[in-house]
Amino acid sequence: MDPFKQLTGIVAPLDRLNVDTDQIIPKQFLKLVERTGFGQYLFYDWRMDPDGKPKADFVLNDHRYKGARILLARANFGCGSSREHAVWALSDYGFRALIAPSYADIFYNNCFKNGVLPITLDETMVDRLFREVTKLEKYQLEIDLEQQTIRKPNGENLRFEIDQFWKKCLLEGLDDIVLTLQHEEKIRAHEQRLSPFRLVHH
Amino acid sequence: MAPRTLFEKIWQSHVVHEETNRPSLIWIDRHLIHEVTSPQAFEGLRIAGRRVRRPDLTFATADHNVPTTDRSLPIRDPISAKQVEVLGRNCREFGITYFDLKSPHQGILHVIGPELGLTLPGLTIVCGDSHTSTHGAFGAFALGIGTSEVEHVLATQCLWLEKPKTLEIRVDESRARGVSAKDIILSIIGRIGTGGGTGSVIEYRGQAISELSMEERMTICNMSIEGGARAGLISPDETTFGYLQGRRYVPKGEDFEKAKDHWLQLATEKGAAFDGSVHLDVSQIAPQVTWGTTPAMVTDVTGQVPNPGDFDDPNMAKAAARALEYMGLEAGTAIQAIKLDRVFIGSCTNSRLEDLVAASKVVNGQKVAPNVRAMVVPGSQMTKVQAERLGLNQIFKEAGFEWRESGCSMCLGMNPDILAPRERCASTSNRNFEGRQGRGGRTHLVSPIMAAAAAIEGHFVDVRNWDIAS
Repeated sequence: MDPFKQLTGIVAPLDRLNVDTDQIIPKQFLKLVERTGFGQYLFYDWRMDPDGKPKADFVLNDHRYKGARILLARANFGCGSSREHAVWALSDYGFRALIAPSYADIFYNNCFKNGVLPITLDETMVDRLFREVTKLEKYQLEIDLEQQTIRKPNGENLRFEIDQFWKKCLLEGLDDIVLTLQHEEKIRAHEQRLSPFRLVHH
Repeated sequence: MAPRTLFEKIWQSHVVHEETNRPSLIWIDRHLIHEVTSPQAFEGLRIAGRRVRRPDLTFATADHNVPTTDRSLPIRDPISAKQVEVLGRNCREFGITYFDLKSPHQGILHVIGPELGLTLPGLTIVCGDSHTSTHGAFGAFALGIGTSEVEHVLATQCLWLEKPKTLEIRVDESRARGVSAKDIILSIIGRIGTGGGTGSVIEYRGQAISELSMEERMTICNMSIEGGARAGLISPDETTFGYLQGRRYVPKGEDFEKAKDHWLQLATEKGAAFDGSVHLDVSQIAPQVTWGTTPAMVTDVTGQVPNPGDFDDPNMAKAAARALEYMGLEAGTAIQAIKLDRVFIGSCTNSRLEDLVAASKVVNGQKVAPNVRAMVVPGSQMTKVQAERLGLNQIFKEAGFEWRESGCSMCLGMNPDILAPRERCASTSNRNFEGRQGRGGRTHLVSPIMAAAAAIEGHFVDVRNWDIAS
């Protein structure tokens, strides 16, 4: 996994509550057996009309947000299905960071496994960012994960909180299976004293 | 020791490694696998040269994109066929038990897990599917995970988890006739919202919950994820043990008696503290119908489509306006005036034998309305066989329903069972998101008996007023 340290990028505002993973990547595109190539299907039913032509009124089709790397979203982003394809699609499309007041749990975890940083800010701050982004063309933010800060175009710095374990994984681009296997002895010890009530009985 | 919750006991007995302010490494007792979220995980193992640590605790079937028509024919969609074939190959390569399309045990994972007795109280269960919360009905900590986590569990049989908070949802009193488990959970989600359970494990308690059968409890826990919860739980009791006894992978004979004693000890103790608590009076709950594009956009069958202007929160008002536009509904329309094109009885929420029996009683001797196309998709091959033994297939077919093979089907429309744009469907599934059942399709979530009655009348009706033979 590519490490995530700093990111400067254009922000695209997606002003909808409860964006579910069925919208992020509609089910007809879940049939690939690889992890790549999902970006073209991101928000497909919102981005494209039934003939496959871009819809002018969808935010990602607005020239102002071309090349955006940061997605600004509303509460409970990524709710619904566990499909990691949603994160693969966001990342493949070019998004490396998200900003929202809250995320659904499974989606949130999936982000960290793919080098995507989901930043949580309070509702008021997110509201303010929405107003600023829509006012200023090519609105950019500078994210520094080590410092846990977001620098706004006016020079103001915002601080965000993040679990230190997941922060380390992102900063170092860690494969968490390798991390887990460092605890092999403890895993084996647990495995050897499994209660019979937890086994499969044939 | 202070009284403990069921969740606390499961958590403590499964911690492999913990440090303060970090996720804990948790042992996983059962790992369920399906064709859509596993191929990339197996590929990851192959690239890293890793094996599956405990193939004996891992079980697979194909459910998401399998056709529900004639199983003797090959899968027509070449990409779906490839996913199913890849799953079979991966299971053979890594030594995992696979219930293939010809197996009498094939079905939706969250239907067959309990049917086979893979789901037991006190276990940790994961699957690359958000509705894994279903298994919590047995008092198992069961949660949906992403594909990278599937790979992690395959390789290590463990998972890094932040310890969730606990939320008690107490449902008191007894429900009225015609009110289903589905109405209880929809009403809970309407109350707590789609993010109300985020970061929490919900334990459902109270008289109304203890009166539910196991299949009804599964319906409740199944939709915990629609309230945003990490998992749903119900403490095991005699109803749980009655369901489990004699199933394929459950301890037998004397071992079963010992297991029962152990499972009883797991139940939440009197006075145990939860991080949050919500109370509902089930006697006040009416049959529910969703009107919007999240399961929390729900109201009583006797109600009306709400006016977006009535929401205080401006973001909610915007979401409601957008939902009405997508759903093709006008504010103030009576729910019972909403006409339907399709009816779907199925999915991991409501495709079990009791669901089918209840729906069959509603349609027995009646005919599906001429404007409606209706189908029943049993949750598993075992359910289908049992239903056919009871003659339910005949009842449904005579009423004009299609009777299909088992799978996820039109719940998410990955197989050919989908809605056409603007088609309106009464569905017993769990998600009414935009496009969920087909691009432009309009989904209303209801219970099996509400769906059955709607199929007959061609619009929603209050099933409490129906004279149904018991």
